Amino acid sequence: MSKEEPILLTPKLSPTEKGAQFFFLACAIVALGQMFLITVFLLAEAGGLLATVSLPEFLFSKEWYPTYRPPEFGALALILGSVAVTICSSLIAAPVGLALAVYLSCLAGRRVRELAKPAVELMAGIPSVVLGFIGLVVVAPFLQETLDLPTGLNVLNASVILAVMAIPSIASLGEDALTAVPRDVQDASYALGATRWETIFKVTVPAATSGLSTAVILGLGRALGETLVVLMVAGGAAQIPTSIFDSVRPLTATLAAEMGETAIGSAHYHALFALGVVLFVLTMAFNLLAYWLGRRWRRG
Amino acid sequence: MAKNWAIRLGAVLGLALLSFWALWDLKGQATAGGRAAVPARGQTARISGSTTLLPFTQKAAEEYLKKYPHESVTVSGTGSGEGVKSLIDGVVDLAASSRDLSPEEVDRAKANRVTLVRHAVAQDGLAVIVQAKNPVRALTMGQLKGIYLGEILNWRDLGGEDRVIVPINRDSSSGTFEMWVELVLHGLKHRPDAQVQSSSGAVAYAVAGNRHAIGYVGLGFLGGEVGLVAVDGVEASLATVEDGSYPISRPLYVFSRVDASPAAQKFLDFLQGPEGQALLGAEGYAPARRN
Repeated sequence: MSKEEPILLTPKLSPTEKGAQFFFLACAIVALGQMFLITVFLLAEAGGLLATVSLPEFLFSKEWYPTYRPPEFGALALILGSVAVTICSSLIAAPVGLALAVYLSCLAGRRVRELAKPAVELMAGIPSVVLGFIGLVVVAPFLQETLDLPTGLNVLNASVILAVMAIPSIASLGEDALTAVPRDVQDASYALGATRWETIFKVTVPAATSGLSTAVILGLGRALGETLVVLMVAGGAAQIPTSIFDSVRPLTATLAAEMGETAIGSAHYHALFALGVVLFVLTMAFNLLAYWLGRRWRRG
Repeated sequence: MAKNWAIRLGAVLGLALLSFWALWDLKGQATAGGRAAVPARGQTARISGSTTLLPFTQKAAEEYLKKYPHESVTVSGTGSGEGVKSLIDGVVDLAASSRDLSPEEVDRAKANRVTLVRHAVAQDGLAVIVQAKNPVRALTMGQLKGIYLGEILNWRDLGGEDRVIVPINRDSSSGTFEMWVELVLHGLKHRPDAQVQSSSGAVAYAVAGNRHAIGYVGLGFLGGEVGLVAVDGVEASLATVEDGSYPISRPLYVFSRVDASPAAQKFLDFLQGPEGQALLGAEGYAPARRN
């Protein structure tokens, strides 16, 4: 990104270097080009929906009956479904993930940390279908029986499973952020007579705030984009949730359930792409937020 | 520098072309039986349309190609409406449809001077299921409609336990859901909080694990932990679906043009013949009714 590209300053490149230069340039173009074309394709396919419904109707109507005659494409219930599971899972994942990060970084002894950190990172690698299946066969009946609910496939179930997926990434990134706080700062705190507790919560954690928020937001981004888990355990009802025991249908679950059998070029097909654009915008917003917080952190 | 830019421009253009080609290819049709499609008309039987019939037409195409290795069949599922449209436009030779022609389609065919012929190839039925311990084992079409529209909310009102009813739908793109809406709900909107499962197997699984639940599945998904509910006094079975006495049943059609190519006619004969009809049971359909 800097202005003085080493390539331009080098007087003469050997053929191997030229080849390597071209190779990496091609890789960069492919990566950027893919991104660009995906965006164009997504927007172009979604644009076709505007012939059927207006943008406000699409965003603010809660009637999602895509295969009825006449069809109705109101995405509000689906958007709120995504928002509901993301927020609820963050309420579980953020405190637990951050507490785990603080423990690993500041409190755990070296031997515990050496065992626990890889274990946490390994947890991030559990395939989502496995967690979804656990939600379906273990968590759902458990919730239904203990709380005497009509269904165990609801916001709470999806949030718990998504939290389990987000906690390892939040803990791992959060631990990195805390460890990056300079040792001197903490030593200075101890030198002033602060206890370990005071040092952790009044010095180390505030110094790492930006990094910790980035960790939480990236964890949430994962919850927002996760498809299989919500398809399996959120219940799939296209309604605006009023409690955590309601079934919901997040955007990703709708896309996964309906895309396979939709006629290409139909209004329904375009509507699904429009849902994809909404999801894209939400995810992009999360990533930009994380990027912005990360930059602030590096500067501060 | 100029040369450098030429290379970059070339790479970008090449990539763009490649991507468009890939996207275009996505829009192409699936070929059944792992056999390359011969594009010339008159040699390939091209069938498109209803996704409800897709498992049957695919299986039939496989068996057909095993029996006649020199023939060629392409199968794709685009929905009944799209299939009939393609047939009228001459893009395909056969259109699978889960319903009869709509008045618009009849007009469209007339405007294009195409005569379409209807062939019943199968009889489709949906079984209504509840959890095995649920005592309610008989409902009327009116009660089913009331449950899914949100007018009947408790099993108590149907002679069962005092439990909230949890209705389960199939995903809205499926032929199963379309059939339910058409035959049971008569096109009315189901209650928005009805749950959705994305396959018949998943519906059966969800119903088996929940005493509150009710769902509907193809006949191929019965058995296990679920109880079958008789509708209007008739139990769903291949026999009651085939003779039409079971109310949630409907014929499935394949439409052809009156001037169908020999290849298309041959495949159509196979679908309707004993070999094709014998494949229906495994896919959960009953044989077509003989008129």
